[in-house]
Amino acid sequence: MELQSIYTVWLRDLVRIRRDRTQLLGSLARPILWLLFLGIGMGPVFHSDMEMPYLHYLFPGIIAMNLLFASFLSAISIIWDREFGFLKEILVSPISRSSIAFGKAASGSTIAVLQGLVVLAFAPLLHISLSFSSLFLLIPSMFLVAFTCTSMGIVLASRMTSFEGFGTIANFVIMPMFFLSGAIFPLDRIPTWLKLLTRLNPLTYGVDQFRWILYGVHRFPVAFDLSFNIFFSLLMLGLAIAMFKRSPA
Amino acid sequence: MIKVQNLAKSFGPLWAVEDVSFSVEKGEFFGFLGPNGAGKTTTINILCTLLSPTRGEATVAGYDVVREPNQVRRSIGIIFQDPSLDERLTAFENLRFHAMLYHLPWRETKERMESLLSMVGLSGRRNDLVKYFSGGMKRRLEIVRGLLHSPQLLFLDEPTLGLDPQTRKYIWTYVRDLQKKEGLTLFMTTHYMEEADQCDRIAIIDAGKIIALDTPTAFKRSLGVGSLEEVFLKLTGREIREEDASEKDQLRDLHRKWIGRMR
Repeated sequence: MELQSIYTVWLRDLVRIRRDRTQLLGSLARPILWLLFLGIGMGPVFHSDMEMPYLHYLFPGIIAMNLLFASFLSAISIIWDREFGFLKEILVSPISRSSIAFGKAASGSTIAVLQGLVVLAFAPLLHISLSFSSLFLLIPSMFLVAFTCTSMGIVLASRMTSFEGFGTIANFVIMPMFFLSGAIFPLDRIPTWLKLLTRLNPLTYGVDQFRWILYGVHRFPVAFDLSFNIFFSLLMLGLAIAMFKRSPA
Repeated sequence: MIKVQNLAKSFGPLWAVEDVSFSVEKGEFFGFLGPNGAGKTTTINILCTLLSPTRGEATVAGYDVVREPNQVRRSIGIIFQDPSLDERLTAFENLRFHAMLYHLPWRETKERMESLLSMVGLSGRRNDLVKYFSGGMKRRLEIVRGLLHSPQLLFLDEPTLGLDPQTRKYIWTYVRDLQKKEGLTLFMTTHYMEEADQCDRIAIIDAGKIIALDTPTAFKRSLGVGSLEEVFLKLTGREIREEDASEKDQLRDLHRKWIGRMR
């Protein structure tokens, strides 16, 4: 892996995203939709026995959602590149396959963190106080979650050769990850088999981390959250690199 | 410049390339002809390190395509059959990223880019997004990109497919000019026989095997025909194909469709 090659792959994706207004719009619309409709609609149902207002509970989950969606969308751009032939241009150039995979993971995570930051702009409206120290912790923690999701997306995209598959991924990966992460409902009153799934979901620990940073509330030890996500992201990155080495041109 | 020994590539039970051997000299303009599905693109993909061969050996610019892929990649430029530009970037950005991918020193590369861009008449359009370019403009830009890192060898996989005669003529003028000036080796596939006629030597591949290799003049003389078109039809013609239109061809068709879907 060479730094310049990683930087090149990263830079290209960032230049492209700057021109893509629909993604920016999506990153704005998604949190509004979920916070406004779900947050306000479900608020009274949850309110009675929770330690915080539902909107406050939901807020870190919506950060995670924007990270999750943006990460997968970025990883999926590999399929576009394959479709439009640009992937070949990269594959015949003298840069290593691991640099390509790492560069993709880095650009996807950067874009996702930017979209995650969009959600933070809603914090004052919800009377959530953001200190500098929490922002300072939140950004690297968001990056870690995004890196995990992007690497996962790359693993899936490296095998996918058509867009028809994307709907399947959305239904069977993105949505379950989101629902079973504690983003929109607490995970302590669900049946054991479902609990097991939530424990294997890296997003669970991401959301837990965000909640700890924002409110000081958490379910798992913070060190465990962190190490699970680091372990999982390295595993996925390794897998993404391996897949990319055998990816069809 | 290229040495290929008993090259073969299979996709599952199908042999897209069965047994191919040839060599291309430095500075040569080499034509690689054959009917659709004969194994041309598969061979090119192996030579430019996108596919690894199932059997056999190939060296490009003195480097082994399997063991030294990065050295091979640095020595070659490719104009793919299908477009391979980033349409959401400008022409300039496409070239800038190419330079970065090849780790080229920008100061010298910039000069080369300017001269190549003006050669293909795209200097004034450099800051436009590629998605607004016509087919011919995209092709010309791809040629600039393929030549930007001063390759020793340029692969052209049906480079003029779908282009109007004017653009075709221009493209050939640039490429031949560069061949003379820089001693560039050209390896081309095409279905246009008048283009193939320009080649120094031609290999004709059919059903994964090279069935003939000679100069265009020698081909015409030995077969006693007036045009390369007749040479091509005589060697790969209908009669031969019908005999061969067996299970294998059907499978090959199926495979082609499958590959098409994979893209």
